[in-house]
Amino acid sequence: MAVISFIDAITMAMREEMRRDPGVFVLGEDVGVRGGVFRATVGLIEEFGEERVIDTPLAESAIVGVGIGAAAYGMRPIAEIQFADFIMPAVNQIVSEAAKMRYRSNGDWTCPITIRAPFGGGVHGALYHSQSVEAMFTNVPGLKVVAPSTPYDAKGLLKAAIRDNDPVLFFEHKRCYRLIKGEVPEEDYVLPIGKADVKREGTDITVISYGLTLHFCLQAAEKLAQEGISAHVLDLRTLYPLDKEAIVEAASKTGKVLIVHEDNKEGGVGGEVAAIIAEHCLFDLDAPIKRLCGPDVPAMPYSPPMEKYFMLNPDKVLEAMRDLAHF
Amino acid sequence: MTSKRHEEVGLTDAQVLEMYYYMLLARKIDERQWLLNRAGKVPFVISCQGQEAAQVGAAFALEKGKDYLCPYYRDLGLVLVFGQSARDCMLSAFAKAEDPNSGGRQMPGHFGGKKWNILTGSSPVTTQVPHAVGIALAGKMQKKDHVVYTSFGEGSSNQGDFHEGANFAGVHKLPVIFFCENNKYAISVPLKKQLGCESVADRAIGYGFPGVSVDGNDPIEVYRVTKEAVERARSGQGPTLIEAVMYRLVPHSSDDDDRTYRTREEVEEAKKKDPILVFGNYLKEVGLLDDAKEQELLSRVQKEVDEATDYAEQAPYPTPESTLTHVYGE
Repeated sequence: MAVISFIDAITMAMREEMRRDPGVFVLGEDVGVRGGVFRATVGLIEEFGEERVIDTPLAESAIVGVGIGAAAYGMRPIAEIQFADFIMPAVNQIVSEAAKMRYRSNGDWTCPITIRAPFGGGVHGALYHSQSVEAMFTNVPGLKVVAPSTPYDAKGLLKAAIRDNDPVLFFEHKRCYRLIKGEVPEEDYVLPIGKADVKREGTDITVISYGLTLHFCLQAAEKLAQEGISAHVLDLRTLYPLDKEAIVEAASKTGKVLIVHEDNKEGGVGGEVAAIIAEHCLFDLDAPIKRLCGPDVPAMPYSPPMEKYFMLNPDKVLEAMRDLAHF
Repeated sequence: MTSKRHEEVGLTDAQVLEMYYYMLLARKIDERQWLLNRAGKVPFVISCQGQEAAQVGAAFALEKGKDYLCPYYRDLGLVLVFGQSARDCMLSAFAKAEDPNSGGRQMPGHFGGKKWNILTGSSPVTTQVPHAVGIALAGKMQKKDHVVYTSFGEGSSNQGDFHEGANFAGVHKLPVIFFCENNKYAISVPLKKQLGCESVADRAIGYGFPGVSVDGNDPIEVYRVTKEAVERARSGQGPTLIEAVMYRLVPHSSDDDDRTYRTREEVEEAKKKDPILVFGNYLKEVGLLDDAKEQELLSRVQKEVDEATDYAEQAPYPTPESTLTHVYGE
């Protein structure tokens, strides 16, 4: 099996889906001739032409809104928002329109759009090229929010998103794009949206994460194993709706839970995960539920010491995991 | 006798009489909903009164069963021509399970129905404009020749979605008709406080396609300019912006009181140009309508509205538990 980068898995998924279904098309800023500013759509315009790989005017609400119209008509648009930070002008289209079309029409109309958005920091992107905006969308029934952490998951989940009959917001951590590599089958496969995945089996503590920080957790777990502490690592993969069953099972397994995400703590996805655990398996716990997250400041600063302070890393995660294990 | 202007634009006598019927039907459904609201039977009304001529005139220029509509909440006349019935509208007013727009989930005026090619709409204004562009784009990709018609108020022509959608359609020369129903008020805010330019039609120039203003009280003129826009769209020449100038004869909604922002004199003056009145007079002048025929038509409409009201009032509500359905596909 070929080892490829996270971003190549994204490109592979789109290329395969565009070959499979003529209704699949890509639209966004710089997705055509340039192949995307991150190069996620590289090669697509050459293979599928500018009619199916559309360089749009710079207007996010139209990118999503035009995609919604095409999706309602029966196409399978993949709309790219260049940076998750720039999704804000399209929020009305995502939340008021895409997420509610099925419900408000009593099942008459559907909106099978996929909206891809690179998120997260650690790339010297400063306030407006580093944000994690997922929490804004994880309270919107009708919408599915996916954030894979590995190339294998990225390919299988993006293909599932494109085939899904409901709108899917697909967050790709931009630091993962070239940093994270993994085995990805050449053949066609899809992974179920709404299912978390155990990335490491363990018995002493449970760590729940997604995106880039999931890798920090795995690295820290490796080191902790040398200290004789066994960590169980759950990758949420889908942030809305959450896989409650997998969360409760993972939490119950060790009785000690640490939730890790790059997004700031208050109001973040971790709060909901903690609530699910508190609601369903409080008496299986041996320690308070802990969260390790980005600081509650508006966004990630540019200056290197400040960016480093904001970002989590394997050492910070290791310390939090060790503390919890020794509770 | 006045010349038959409708023949000059290609409308038959039967067609103009049918137009008048739809205008009357829209008006009478609307008036009934206000009565029902004031009687405490329906919670909300949003009106088409004063805008029927433009809606019906435009609808007649489109092809039912082929073209798509992304309408806004005042477009009762438009959706009636495209196939909705008085009963459908009353079921929506009473929020009953059988409401074809939303199964009673949405306020009245939030039209939609796949069987009529009417895309479901929402309350945040102008979101439907990019959708229309998307349906047109999809049609172009699939080599279909449908035209997409999207309508909105002049207030909406200030929204980003109008400008973003119009520009996108202009760049790709898509078969979209941007139809602005300029009724002079965005709830209480008059035109002069809304537009930096002279007319909504002027806005088209920025997007590289024609913009035309038309008398929205004259269904024949509206038909003529919309027909031209349809032909342009269908033949690959791209979008058109039409501004139909009219007057909203009633408050914004059943929860509004327009006495707080406009004079009764102004409203009375506008009522003299009420499109139902003006078009009725035209039909009489050209000899297609007389008092007896008008009475016959009114009774027919009245009966339809009565039957629709009775049916909808007695129809069952959605079950409480159905609140939980249609969030995601099965």
